[in-house]
Amino acid sequence: MRHVTGLRIGPIGFRIGCDWRAPIAALDDLYAEYPKPQDDIPDFNVHLFAARPWRLLLRPSVHIGGDFVIPDAAPLPLAQGLLAAEMGMNLQMALGQRRYLLLHASAVERDGKALLMTGASGAGKSTLAALLMAQGWRLMGDEFALLDPATGLIHGFPRLISLKNEAVGVLEQALPKARFGPRLEGTPKGLIRHLVPDARAIAAMDAPARPALILFPNFGFESAEREVMPSETFVRLTQASTNYVTLAEPGFEGLTTLVRTVPARALDYPDTKTALAQVERLWGNL
Amino acid sequence: MNAEILVQALRDPASTESLDGEGWTALLAIARAEQLIGTLAHRVAGLPKPAAAARILEDARTAAEQGRAAALWEAEMARRALADSGMPVVLLKGTAYVAAGLSAGVGRAIGDLDILVPRPRIEEAEALLLAAGWEWVKPDPYDDAYYRRWMHELPPLIHRDRDRMIDVHHTILPLTARITPYPAQMMEQSVELENGLRILCPQHMIVHAAAHLLADGDLAGGMRNLWDIDQLCREFADQDEHFYLSVAEEGWYHGLQSAVMQALRLSHQLYGTPLQEYSSPIRVDFTPQRSDPLYRRRLLARDGWGRQSHKLTRFAFFVRSHWIRMPPAMLARHLWTKWRKGHTP
Repeated sequence: MRHVTGLRIGPIGFRIGCDWRAPIAALDDLYAEYPKPQDDIPDFNVHLFAARPWRLLLRPSVHIGGDFVIPDAAPLPLAQGLLAAEMGMNLQMALGQRRYLLLHASAVERDGKALLMTGASGAGKSTLAALLMAQGWRLMGDEFALLDPATGLIHGFPRLISLKNEAVGVLEQALPKARFGPRLEGTPKGLIRHLVPDARAIAAMDAPARPALILFPNFGFESAEREVMPSETFVRLTQASTNYVTLAEPGFEGLTTLVRTVPARALDYPDTKTALAQVERLWGNL
Repeated sequence: MNAEILVQALRDPASTESLDGEGWTALLAIARAEQLIGTLAHRVAGLPKPAAAARILEDARTAAEQGRAAALWEAEMARRALADSGMPVVLLKGTAYVAAGLSAGVGRAIGDLDILVPRPRIEEAEALLLAAGWEWVKPDPYDDAYYRRWMHELPPLIHRDRDRMIDVHHTILPLTARITPYPAQMMEQSVELENGLRILCPQHMIVHAAAHLLADGDLAGGMRNLWDIDQLCREFADQDEHFYLSVAEEGWYHGLQSAVMQALRLSHQLYGTPLQEYSSPIRVDFTPQRSDPLYRRRLLARDGWGRQSHKLTRFAFFVRSHWIRMPPAMLARHLWTKWRKGHTP
């Protein structure tokens, strides 16, 4: 691979190699504050490559590969190379991670305790996590929360926050001084712009936190809250985990302990301002 | 850079102590790509290594242990599905090694469940498996018909609840191949395990592994296949003084003598498998052949990212795999059909 970079996000080291310079330059820029993989040995490799030599220059399209691949993952145009790198890293985690139970959730921390927010795409977990970060919470990640089955602790994975469509404008306003990546128009998920987590999130990324509250936010409804029973939380979280089945017994043990010990609430909200007030109130009542 | 770094680590685990970060990175990527990372984890257990490498290998060890349990469970499920028929069921490859507790199974990655059943009873086996929840996965009628008419196995079946694949073989090479081994004799000499499932006898395990590696396919996964052969040989030769003589005899009987001899040569050249030569009653010698380096080049074709390298060599072996599988006219027809359907190698 002609262009290479290495970086560590939380406990996970990556090596990313690319046939083109631009995506690596974008990663080096946006991940400048992140450390290198421990011992210079990455957990996962990501390959961004041209399927045929002429596609390096002619209508360049970035194929995503790595240690673990989905055979027919679609390539992206070179302008979306940064997105390809992010997708490649997520894919390695989703398909290859064995040490932690991966929960498709955003996580923020306050006073050493973690708040997990999970839900379908569009439910608002990235937006809420980023807004909570703007209000002084420590961001642990907006995509994957890493549950260590042995300790029950949540480990952070604070990669770039991937903001989509309307969320881009909301966060540009809420965090005018923050660092953003390039605007990526016309991606498979519409407009995407990456937000660099704040210095505190990066500096404290190695500190795990004990989970204290699980929320299932749902955007576009009248403000409402509902207690979610451990049994329902369990089922919803197995669906929100990409490696629950591969982890087998430890995954089951970790998840049952989590849902038995941590309260869960479904939270409907009409706008982000209301949602943030609801979150603060629920957190205060713990 | 090629997979020599992995060969070295498997042969002489202590050699990994001199690796730097870059070396470990390449070794782990290649071991993962060759599905030998679990094996590597066991080989280097207890040796000093960087913390990051130790962590990754520990995960691989755990994954292999879970894979072992899942493979044995899948074999048990197949046993239950076929038990009432009373037909002999022989486990092949990885599942057989772990079921028999052989060293080739330690840390081994196991994908599908491969079983061998008597050819006259293949339809009965299929019906019983379908009744027990396995389903067809080949949606293309051409592929399905091709398997049934010409292959050594049923079209692959996948279990609807457990999402695991089973390959039901009735012989060990495609029917179109020029070599036609005698599966009935392999079946007859198979060895029964405690639970009633069977495994091939030691000689036939080597013959089958060699057939799988050299007389069928394009040598993809060959490093793991040769590691199996190396470990099986070391273990069996310890128990049987004339093991290599009987392996050569069985290879000859099944028409696979050149595949068997070449597999043993390559295993020796790569992993240092201790071999024994004979001049009588038959000649068994392991003098390197002119083609061996080309095969080694194909086997070791990996770069430091674990990606396939040596495109031309690989393509040559891809062509070879088809050439040895089918007569020319049939091959032409097959490739034409596949090409029209948009398949590229």
